[in-house]
Amino acid sequence: MNISFKKPIYFLALLLLVPKPAFAMHIMEGFLPAEWAVFWWLVTLPFLIIGLKKISNLIKDHSETKLLLGLSGAFAFVLSALKIPSVTGSCSHPTGVGLGTILFGPFVMSVLGSIVLLFQSLLLAHGGLTTLGANAFSMAVAGPFIAYGVFKGAQKIGLTFTFAVFLAASLADLGTYVITSIQLALAFPSEVGGIFASFVKFASVFAITQIPLAIVEGLLSVMVMNFLVKYNVNELKLLQVLNKTQEAK
Amino acid sequence: MLKNNAFILFITIALICIPLMFNGNAEYGGADGEAEELITELNESYKPWFSSIWEPPSGEIESLLFVLQGAAGAGFIGYFIGYMRGRNRGGNAEIPK
Repeated sequence: MNISFKKPIYFLALLLLVPKPAFAMHIMEGFLPAEWAVFWWLVTLPFLIIGLKKISNLIKDHSETKLLLGLSGAFAFVLSALKIPSVTGSCSHPTGVGLGTILFGPFVMSVLGSIVLLFQSLLLAHGGLTTLGANAFSMAVAGPFIAYGVFKGAQKIGLTFTFAVFLAASLADLGTYVITSIQLALAFPSEVGGIFASFVKFASVFAITQIPLAIVEGLLSVMVMNFLVKYNVNELKLLQVLNKTQEAK
Repeated sequence: MLKNNAFILFITIALICIPLMFNGNAEYGGADGEAEELITELNESYKPWFSSIWEPPSGEIESLLFVLQGAAGAGFIGYFIGYMRGRNRGGNAEIPK
Protein backbone atom coordinates (compact mmCIF):
# COMPACT_ATOMS: atom_id res chain seq x y z
CA MET A 1 0.00 0.00 0.00
CA ASN A 2 1.18 3.46 -0.85
CA ILE A 3 2.25 5.53 2.15
CA SER A 4 0.13 8.49 1.10
CA PHE A 5 -2.96 6.38 1.67
CA LYS A 6 -2.19 5.88 5.34
CA LYS A 7 -3.48 9.14 6.75
CA PRO A 8 -6.94 8.96 5.21
CA ILE A 9 -7.23 5.40 6.42
CA TYR A 10 -6.42 6.38 10.00
CA PHE A 11 -8.96 9.16 9.68
CA LEU A 12 -11.55 6.75 8.36
CA ALA A 13 -10.78 4.27 11.14
CA LEU A 14 -11.29 7.04 13.67
CA LEU A 15 -14.68 7.89 12.18
CA LEU A 16 -15.64 4.25 12.24
CA LEU A 17 -14.79 3.78 15.88
CA VAL A 18 -17.10 6.58 16.89
CA PRO A 19 -20.50 5.38 15.70
CA LYS A 20 -23.16 8.02 15.64
CA PRO A 21 -26.85 7.83 14.89
CA ALA A 22 -27.82 8.79 11.39
CA PHE A 23 -31.05 9.93 9.81
CA ALA A 24 -32.99 8.94 6.80
CA MET A 25 -33.40 11.84 4.50
CA HIS A 26 -37.13 11.91 4.83
CA ILE A 27 -38.83 13.72 7.64
CA MET A 28 -41.25 11.20 9.08
CA GLU A 29 -45.00 11.51 8.73
CA GLY A 30 -46.40 13.80 11.40
CA PHE A 31 -42.97 14.85 12.62
CA LEU A 32 -43.24 18.39 11.34
CA PRO A 33 -45.59 20.81 13.08
CA ALA A 34 -48.63 21.56 10.91
CA GLU A 35 -47.68 25.16 10.18
CA TRP A 36 -44.28 24.08 8.90
CA ALA A 37 -45.78 21.27 6.86
CA VAL A 38 -48.09 23.77 5.15
CA PHE A 39 -45.29 26.29 4.71
CA TRP A 40 -43.03 23.83 2.87
CA TRP A 41 -45.92 22.62 0.73
CA LEU A 42 -46.58 26.21 -0.36
CA VAL A 43 -42.90 26.83 -1.08
CA THR A 44 -42.59 23.66 -3.15
CA LEU A 45 -45.78 23.89 -5.22
CA PRO A 46 -44.67 26.65 -7.64
CA PHE A 47 -41.59 24.61 -8.57
CA LEU A 48 -43.77 21.60 -9.33
CA ILE A 49 -46.16 23.66 -11.45
CA ILE A 50 -43.35 25.22 -13.49
CA GLY A 51 -41.71 21.79 -13.74
CA LEU A 52 -44.85 20.13 -15.09
CA LYS A 53 -45.19 22.88 -17.68
CA LYS A 54 -41.56 22.43 -18.73
CA ILE A 55 -42.01 18.68 -19.05
CA SER A 56 -45.07 19.01 -21.25
CA ASN A 57 -43.26 21.54 -23.48
CA LEU A 58 -40.24 19.28 -23.65
CA ILE A 59 -42.26 16.27 -24.74
CA LYS A 60 -44.09 18.38 -27.32
CA ASP A 61 -40.99 20.05 -28.80
CA HIS A 62 -38.34 17.35 -28.37
CA SER A 63 -40.10 14.02 -28.10
CA GLU A 64 -36.77 12.34 -28.87
CA THR A 65 -35.65 13.19 -25.33
CA LYS A 66 -38.46 11.18 -23.73
CA LEU A 67 -36.23 8.17 -23.12
CA LEU A 68 -33.63 10.38 -21.44
CA LEU A 69 -36.37 11.81 -19.25
CA GLY A 70 -37.31 8.27 -18.28
CA LEU A 71 -33.68 7.52 -17.55
CA SER A 72 -33.41 10.54 -15.22
CA GLY A 73 -36.46 9.40 -13.28
CA ALA A 74 -35.31 5.79 -13.19
CA PHE A 75 -31.89 6.83 -11.91
CA ALA A 76 -33.41 8.75 -9.00
CA PHE A 77 -35.78 5.83 -8.40
CA VAL A 78 -32.96 3.29 -8.14
CA LEU A 79 -30.60 5.44 -6.11
CA SER A 80 -33.18 6.37 -3.51
CA ALA A 81 -33.98 2.68 -3.04
CA LEU A 82 -30.36 1.87 -2.21
CA LYS A 83 -29.80 2.01 1.50
CA ILE A 84 -26.05 2.19 1.64
CA PRO A 85 -23.99 1.61 4.78
CA SER A 86 -21.97 4.57 5.87
CA VAL A 87 -18.85 4.95 8.00
CA THR A 88 -21.00 6.05 10.93
CA GLY A 89 -22.50 2.58 11.24
CA SER A 90 -25.93 3.30 9.90
CA CYS A 91 -27.59 3.49 6.52
CA SER A 92 -28.80 6.30 4.38
CA HIS A 93 -29.48 6.63 0.69
CA PRO A 94 -28.41 8.83 -2.22
CA THR A 95 -30.97 11.00 -4.00
CA GLY A 96 -30.08 10.63 -7.68
CA VAL A 97 -31.37 14.06 -8.71
CA GLY A 98 -28.07 15.49 -9.97
CA LEU A 99 -27.95 13.58 -13.24
CA GLY A 100 -31.42 14.56 -14.43
CA THR A 101 -30.82 18.17 -13.41
CA ILE A 102 -27.75 18.40 -15.61
CA LEU A 103 -29.78 17.01 -18.51
CA PHE A 104 -33.09 18.83 -18.08
CA GLY A 105 -32.60 21.61 -15.54
CA PRO A 106 -33.80 21.92 -11.95
CA PHE A 107 -37.55 22.40 -12.54
CA VAL A 108 -38.03 19.17 -14.47
CA MET A 109 -36.13 17.26 -11.81
CA SER A 110 -38.34 18.79 -9.10
CA VAL A 111 -41.27 16.89 -10.58
CA LEU A 112 -39.39 13.60 -11.03
CA GLY A 113 -37.87 13.77 -7.55
CA SER A 114 -41.28 14.46 -6.01
CA ILE A 115 -42.75 11.44 -7.76
CA VAL A 116 -40.07 9.27 -6.19
CA LEU A 117 -40.84 10.74 -2.77
CA LEU A 118 -44.57 10.23 -3.27
CA PHE A 119 -43.98 6.55 -4.06
CA GLN A 120 -41.86 6.15 -0.94
CA SER A 121 -44.34 7.87 1.33
CA LEU A 122 -47.37 6.00 0.01
CA LEU A 123 -45.97 2.48 -0.34
CA LEU A 124 -43.06 2.38 2.06
CA ALA A 125 -44.18 4.77 4.80
CA HIS A 126 -40.86 6.56 4.34
CA GLY A 127 -41.52 10.22 4.75
CA GLY A 128 -45.16 11.15 4.60
CA LEU A 129 -47.88 13.12 2.89
CA THR A 130 -47.89 15.97 5.39
CA THR A 131 -44.10 16.16 5.25
CA LEU A 132 -43.95 15.60 1.49
CA GLY A 133 -43.76 19.34 0.86
CA ALA A 134 -40.71 19.67 3.09
CA ASN A 135 -39.07 16.50 1.81
CA ALA A 136 -39.71 17.50 -1.79
CA PHE A 137 -38.23 20.91 -1.10
CA SER A 138 -34.96 19.47 0.21
CA MET A 139 -34.52 16.62 -2.28
CA ALA A 140 -36.43 17.74 -5.37
CA VAL A 141 -36.08 21.54 -5.26
CA ALA A 142 -32.97 22.47 -3.28
CA GLY A 143 -30.96 19.44 -4.48
CA PRO A 144 -31.53 20.13 -8.19
CA PHE A 145 -30.90 23.87 -7.82
CA ILE A 146 -27.64 23.16 -6.01
CA ALA A 147 -26.69 20.68 -8.73
CA TYR A 148 -27.53 23.22 -11.42
CA GLY A 149 -25.58 26.03 -9.77
CA VAL A 150 -22.54 23.85 -9.09
CA PHE A 151 -22.54 22.42 -12.62
CA LYS A 152 -22.72 25.84 -14.29
CA GLY A 153 -20.19 27.28 -11.87
CA ALA A 154 -17.74 24.41 -12.33
CA GLN A 155 -17.93 24.79 -16.09
CA LYS A 156 -17.43 28.54 -15.86
CA ILE A 157 -14.21 28.17 -13.90
CA GLY A 158 -12.99 25.68 -16.48
CA LEU A 159 -13.32 22.31 -14.77
CA THR A 160 -13.74 19.36 -17.10
CA PHE A 161 -17.24 18.20 -17.99
CA THR A 162 -16.76 14.95 -16.08
CA PHE A 163 -15.58 16.66 -12.92
CA ALA A 164 -18.40 19.21 -13.14
CA VAL A 165 -20.91 16.33 -13.27
CA PHE A 166 -19.27 14.66 -10.28
CA LEU A 167 -19.26 17.82 -8.17
CA ALA A 168 -22.82 18.77 -9.09
CA ALA A 169 -24.26 15.36 -8.20
CA SER A 170 -22.25 14.97 -4.97
CA LEU A 171 -22.92 18.43 -3.63
CA ALA A 172 -26.62 18.22 -4.48
CA ASP A 173 -26.78 15.00 -2.48
CA LEU A 174 -24.95 16.54 0.48
CA GLY A 175 -26.92 19.78 0.18
CA THR A 176 -30.22 17.94 0.40
CA TYR A 177 -29.30 16.67 3.85
CA VAL A 178 -28.09 20.07 4.97
CA ILE A 179 -31.44 21.55 3.95
CA THR A 180 -33.27 18.78 5.84
CA SER A 181 -31.20 19.69 8.91
CA ILE A 182 -32.23 23.33 8.51
CA GLN A 183 -35.89 22.36 8.15
CA LEU A 184 -35.76 20.25 11.30
CA ALA A 185 -33.83 22.92 13.18
CA LEU A 186 -36.38 25.59 12.24
CA ALA A 187 -39.22 23.42 13.50
CA PHE A 188 -37.39 22.17 16.58
CA PRO A 189 -35.09 24.87 17.91
CA SER A 190 -33.00 23.76 20.85
CA GLU A 191 -33.93 25.27 24.21
CA VAL A 192 -30.30 26.19 24.67
CA GLY A 193 -28.85 27.90 21.64
CA GLY A 194 -31.99 27.96 19.52
CA ILE A 195 -32.19 27.15 15.85
CA PHE A 196 -28.46 27.23 15.26
CA ALA A 197 -27.66 24.76 18.03
CA SER A 198 -30.32 22.41 16.66
CA PHE A 199 -28.96 22.79 13.17
CA VAL A 200 -25.47 21.88 14.31
CA LYS A 201 -26.89 18.80 16.03
CA PHE A 202 -28.81 17.60 13.00
CA ALA A 203 -26.17 18.60 10.45
CA SER A 204 -23.10 17.22 12.19
CA VAL A 205 -24.73 13.83 12.08
CA PHE A 206 -26.02 14.17 8.54
CA ALA A 207 -22.79 15.44 7.04
CA ILE A 208 -20.49 12.64 8.16
CA THR A 209 -22.97 9.92 7.26
CA GLN A 210 -23.68 11.39 3.89
CA ILE A 211 -20.17 12.26 2.68
CA PRO A 212 -19.27 8.79 1.34
CA LEU A 213 -22.77 8.41 -0.11
CA ALA A 214 -22.46 11.75 -1.84
CA ILE A 215 -19.22 10.54 -3.41
CA VAL A 216 -20.95 7.32 -4.50
CA GLU A 217 -23.75 9.33 -6.07
CA GLY A 218 -21.26 11.58 -7.87
CA LEU A 219 -19.42 8.56 -9.24
CA LEU A 220 -22.57 6.77 -10.41
CA SER A 221 -23.78 9.94 -12.11
CA VAL A 222 -20.48 10.24 -13.95
CA MET A 223 -20.79 6.60 -14.97
CA VAL A 224 -24.17 7.13 -16.59
CA MET A 225 -23.04 10.41 -18.12
CA ASN A 226 -20.03 8.64 -19.65
CA PHE A 227 -22.46 6.31 -21.37
CA LEU A 228 -24.62 9.19 -22.58
CA VAL A 229 -21.63 11.08 -23.97
CA LYS A 230 -20.79 7.98 -25.96
CA TYR A 231 -24.24 7.05 -27.22
CA ASN A 232 -26.48 10.11 -26.92
CA VAL A 233 -24.39 12.94 -28.30
CA ASN A 234 -27.26 14.27 -30.40
CA GLU A 235 -29.66 14.49 -27.49
CA LEU A 236 -27.01 16.05 -25.25
CA LYS A 237 -26.38 18.73 -27.85
CA LEU A 238 -30.09 19.28 -28.28
CA LEU A 239 -30.46 19.83 -24.54
CA GLN A 240 -27.35 22.03 -24.64
CA VAL A 241 -25.57 19.85 -22.11
CA LEU A 242 -22.64 19.42 -24.47
CA ASN A 243 -21.26 22.02 -26.82
CA LYS A 244 -19.10 21.48 -29.86
CA THR A 245 -15.75 21.75 -28.10
CA GLN A 246 -16.68 19.23 -25.44
CA GLU A 247 -17.87 16.81 -28.04
CA ALA A 248 -14.42 16.76 -29.59
CA LYS A 249 -12.79 15.57 -26.37
CA MET B 1 -9.46 8.53 -14.90
CA LEU B 2 -13.17 9.08 -14.28
CA LYS B 3 -13.83 8.33 -17.91
CA ASN B 4 -13.37 4.63 -17.24
CA ASN B 5 -16.59 3.13 -15.95
CA ALA B 6 -15.01 -0.09 -14.71
CA PHE B 7 -12.70 1.99 -12.52
CA ILE B 8 -15.62 4.05 -11.20
CA LEU B 9 -17.56 0.90 -10.37
CA PHE B 10 -14.57 -0.41 -8.45
CA ILE B 11 -14.28 2.73 -6.28
CA THR B 12 -18.04 2.70 -5.70
CA ILE B 13 -18.02 -0.88 -4.46
CA ALA B 14 -14.99 -0.14 -2.31
CA LEU B 15 -16.72 2.88 -0.73
CA ILE B 16 -19.71 0.72 0.13
CA CYS B 17 -17.63 -2.15 1.52
CA ILE B 18 -15.21 -0.11 3.63
CA PRO B 19 -17.70 0.64 6.44
CA LEU B 20 -18.69 -3.03 6.60
CA MET B 21 -15.07 -4.15 6.78
CA PHE B 22 -13.91 -1.69 9.42
CA ASN B 23 -17.06 -1.40 11.47
CA GLY B 24 -18.75 -4.74 11.03
CA ASN B 25 -20.46 -4.74 14.40
CA ALA B 26 -22.41 -1.55 13.92
CA GLU B 27 -26.17 -1.78 13.66
CA TYR B 28 -26.59 -0.26 10.21
CA GLY B 29 -30.15 0.43 11.18
CA GLY B 30 -32.61 2.38 9.14
CA ALA B 31 -32.28 5.92 10.27
CA ASP B 32 -35.82 7.17 10.62
CA GLY B 33 -36.16 6.08 14.23
CA GLU B 34 -33.09 8.07 15.19
CA ALA B 35 -34.59 11.23 13.75
CA GLU B 36 -37.67 10.72 15.87
CA GLU B 37 -35.48 10.31 18.92
CA LEU B 38 -33.60 13.55 18.41
CA ILE B 39 -36.83 15.43 17.81
CA THR B 40 -38.37 14.15 21.03
CA GLU B 41 -35.11 14.97 22.78
CA LEU B 42 -35.25 18.55 21.57
CA ASN B 43 -38.94 18.98 22.25
CA GLU B 44 -40.27 16.48 24.77
CA SER B 45 -43.88 17.53 24.46
CA TYR B 46 -44.02 17.04 20.69
CA LYS B 47 -46.49 14.44 19.51
CA PRO B 48 -46.74 13.44 15.84
CA TRP B 49 -50.11 14.73 14.68
CA PHE B 50 -50.54 12.51 11.66
CA SER B 51 -49.53 8.96 10.87
CA SER B 52 -48.92 7.18 7.59
CA ILE B 53 -52.13 6.17 5.88
CA TRP B 54 -50.59 2.80 5.05
CA GLU B 55 -47.52 1.03 6.30
CA PRO B 56 -45.97 -2.17 4.99
CA PRO B 57 -47.29 -4.85 7.35
CA SER B 58 -43.82 -6.35 7.90
CA GLY B 59 -40.16 -5.89 7.20
CA GLU B 60 -40.45 -8.57 4.53
CA ILE B 61 -43.15 -6.66 2.66
CA GLU B 62 -41.20 -3.47 3.01
CA SER B 63 -38.11 -5.06 1.48
CA LEU B 64 -40.31 -6.46 -1.29
CA LEU B 65 -41.45 -2.96 -2.16
CA PHE B 66 -37.92 -1.59 -1.96
CA VAL B 67 -36.68 -4.30 -4.30
CA LEU B 68 -39.56 -3.49 -6.61
CA GLN B 69 -38.53 0.15 -6.65
CA GLY B 70 -34.93 -0.72 -7.41
CA ALA B 71 -35.81 -3.36 -9.98
CA ALA B 72 -38.23 -1.11 -11.85
CA GLY B 73 -35.62 1.64 -12.09
CA ALA B 74 -32.78 -0.72 -12.95
CA GLY B 75 -34.96 -2.45 -15.53
CA PHE B 76 -35.58 0.82 -17.30
CA ILE B 77 -31.90 1.77 -17.17
CA GLY B 78 -31.00 -1.64 -18.63
CA TYR B 79 -33.55 -1.18 -21.39
CA PHE B 80 -32.18 2.29 -22.10
CA ILE B 81 -28.58 1.07 -22.32
CA GLY B 82 -29.51 -1.81 -24.60
CA TYR B 83 -31.64 0.40 -26.83
CA MET B 84 -28.94 3.04 -27.22
CA ARG B 85 -26.21 0.51 -27.91
CA GLY B 86 -28.40 -1.07 -30.54
CA ARG B 87 -29.25 2.28 -32.07
CA ASN B 88 -25.60 3.17 -32.35
CA ARG B 89 -24.50 -0.10 -33.85
CA GLY B 90 -22.87 0.48 -37.20
CA GLY B 91 -22.35 4.22 -37.01
CA ASN B 92 -25.10 6.54 -35.93
CA ALA B 93 -27.92 4.98 -37.90
CA GLU B 94 -31.30 5.69 -36.32
CA ILE B 95 -33.72 2.86 -35.81
CA PRO B 96 -36.79 3.74 -37.90
CA LYS B 97 -39.70 4.71 -35.70
